[in-house]
Amino acid sequence: MTPVTGEKILSNPIKGTDSKKTTAWDIVKISRHPQRPVFQDYLSLVFTDFMEFHGDRYFADDKAIVGGFARIDEQKIMLIGHSKGKNTIENIEQNFGMAKPEGYRKALRLMKLAQRFNVPIVTIIDTPGAFPGLEAEERGQAESIAKNITEMANIEVPIVSLVIGEGGSGGALGIGVGDKILMLSNAIYSVISPEGCASILWRDASFAPDAAEALNITAQALLRLDVIDEIIEEPSDGAHSDYNTIAAKVKDSLIKNIKDLLSNSTEELLLKRFQKYSAMGKFEDSL
Amino acid sequence: MAWYSKAITEKKQQIGSFWVKCKQCRSHIWQEQWNENLWVCPNCNYHGSINAFQRIEQIFDKNTFKELFAGIGPVDSLHFNDLKGSYADKIIANKKKTGISESVVTGHGKIHNIAAVASIMDFRFLGGSLGSATGEKILQGANYAYDHQLPYIVFSASGGARMQEGVLSLMQMAKTCAGVARLNKKNVPFISVLTNPTTGGVTASYAMMGDINISEPGAVIGFAGRRVIEQTIGEKLPDDFQTAEYLLDHGFVDAIVDRKDMKDYLGKVLAYYNR
Ligand SMILES: [Zn+2]
Repeated sequence: MTPVTGEKILSNPIKGTDSKKTTAWDIVKISRHPQRPVFQDYLSLVFTDFMEFHGDRYFADDKAIVGGFARIDEQKIMLIGHSKGKNTIENIEQNFGMAKPEGYRKALRLMKLAQRFNVPIVTIIDTPGAFPGLEAEERGQAESIAKNITEMANIEVPIVSLVIGEGGSGGALGIGVGDKILMLSNAIYSVISPEGCASILWRDASFAPDAAEALNITAQALLRLDVIDEIIEEPSDGAHSDYNTIAAKVKDSLIKNIKDLLSNSTEELLLKRFQKYSAMGKFEDSL
Repeated sequence: MAWYSKAITEKKQQIGSFWVKCKQCRSHIWQEQWNENLWVCPNCNYHGSINAFQRIEQIFDKNTFKELFAGIGPVDSLHFNDLKGSYADKIIANKKKTGISESVVTGHGKIHNIAAVASIMDFRFLGGSLGSATGEKILQGANYAYDHQLPYIVFSASGGARMQEGVLSLMQMAKTCAGVARLNKKNVPFISVLTNPTTGGVTASYAMMGDINISEPGAVIGFAGRRVIEQTIGEKLPDDFQTAEYLLDHGFVDAIVDRKDMKDYLGKVLAYYNR
């Protein structure tokens, strides 16, 4: 058979001896794999010259979101991402990538800094969700996410958002309003965790695999639903099997997408971003 | 009693068709009296749930409200099925039950003779959840306000995102806020009225983004669910947690306004808009 050319060939993310179809739940498990590369892995493999900036200027420095200037080859960017730890100590310090209002407020501060310096923004998404805690609510978890989502619509530099693992609901979207949304092939992006959805709609969290399927949380499904723009294919056993390969693909994709976006004037960029988000969703209009 | 468990339908608490039991103080009140009192308990000031058309009648000058984008409604684009059946069937049942096509009614009208655009959420329709069509109507309302430079008011009543639409529902947060962002940029006022309940993705998007945030007394307003937080921190939360009063205390709403005063309050605010 003649090989099909072009970059649009999407291989089955999990190959193996069994011919069983990869389920959404299989992908959920890979997205949460303990050895899956996290923010700090991409930081060292994709970016250079990282200058971290701390604090939201109101309350604290939330280590669940990390950000600062960085470079991808020669391209200067503002890098902002959820940071999950690689071990228990880091995970406790970084709260498993679950940000509090101060994390979202730091992220917004850094996005405005990027605008001031006129450098594009790359956001790396990997969170089970915004932290559901008393103090987070007290300090305005909802307001901090709402404000980021709103202000990101008006940020006057290109924004590329990349989901590397878990895109957990509002906590992900709080840094996710990009001109381009990219996803790794085994990443997930969901309005609610499969377990949470199952416990509400199936009245039993053990139905999470059913909920995962129904929620359409895989990169493939989200590309089909016009939510994301591009899938970055992982090595066949998942990103954790080959850090260098996935890092190289991420780097290529980010460079290409930033370059594309930089060809727009600010007016075009903001108009296209508005049009992109205006077009989100499926509905009918009977009149 | 815990605040969060109040959001069950009024109907269940009717005794016969003449008495309605207050969910807060448990006193029995004549249905006519509820009606006259705008579905607020005359005994304890509990603000009961009202539908979009009752809200419109209470807020807008008589016969001034004109509905816009009424044809926009939900579709089951994910073919979502759970234990209780398909989303497609739920859409049909909710349309039939409420007589409206989505969880929000959008339009324009006058409040004390001042023109404004408004979107009024209706909790009866799938718990006021934020579906694609809900987001579309809220965005279209914002766009109409933008084009006409009219103040935009959104009355929220919502359990949050609509799970049956998956990430499409989540993306409505970005979609509606994109509309709010344009209003901000053009200096068109956006007023958010948060009624019981306003939670999850609705709170974490347009509902918290009012230039002025107003709430009804006792309304539950929050992001994460109470039970989830209690499980996370392993302790019981105070009774007033995530109430309008709690948010006022913590600086997230500008004012708590009784339902009977809401129209006058909005009219006074709108009168300050000089354009
Ligand atoms: Zn009462």
